[in-house]
Amino acid sequence: MNNKITVSCTKKNLKQIRDFVTEYLAAYTLTDIQMNQIVLAVDEICANLIIHANSEDPSKSISLSITEKAGMLKFEIVDNGVAFRRSEYKEPNIEEHIRVGKKGGVGIALVNRIMDRVEFETSDRQNTCFLYKKIK
Amino acid sequence: MKITNQIKDTTIIITLDGELDASSSVMLDEALSDPEIMTYSKILVDCKDLNYISSAGLGVFISHLQRFEDAQIKLIFYNMQDKVRNVFEILGLDLLMTIVSDYEEAMTIADE
Repeated sequence: MNNKITVSCTKKNLKQIRDFVTEYLAAYTLTDIQMNQIVLAVDEICANLIIHANSEDPSKSISLSITEKAGMLKFEIVDNGVAFRRSEYKEPNIEEHIRVGKKGGVGIALVNRIMDRVEFETSDRQNTCFLYKKIK
Repeated sequence: MKITNQIKDTTIIITLDGELDASSSVMLDEALSDPEIMTYSKILVDCKDLNYISSAGLGVFISHLQRFEDAQIKLIFYNMQDKVRNVFEILGLDLLMTIVSDYEEAMTIADE
């Protein structure tokens, strides 16, 4: 099974990433909600990388690969942009976002709540995000 | 993403068809930023054909909600698919926004 995709950093390519994840996951028995949650978590990370880490520069790219071992799905997303600083991340206060009319900042919260494990790694100029989700 | 509007007296019905992601949510933001929308007393959002929503789509609704509330405009979602509603629920947005099952219920609430 094809388990890797590379796309250039434009928001239009998010659909392609979601279709790729959906296709890969079709081999597993998942409910609509489970399937949607996993696709969403990957989409959120890729959107952040495309928009924030790589400033929607189409000459740059991100790669996603998916593997499954003993009922654990592993998503590996690689880019060469600005690394995500987890230490600076704060869980959003949604009511405050509503009050001030804030548009962004809830994507990573979704990822953290959906996935079983979320890790970020940086070596040289390459950043990797690992997402783990138990499905069996 | 296709967004269509239907006007019924002081109510505007916005029908969302497709996927609301970081790319397509810009269109929704433009639609909700249209000054004309503030002239209605109710905004009903038909989500029957909304197949996907990401944080960017949620963010658009989050960013306009207070402005609508301040102007006493009711924002009501209906016909939402379970998987889409689940995304609202993960963040607790189902408790902060009005999501009802169908058009009839949406109209009843809107008339209260």
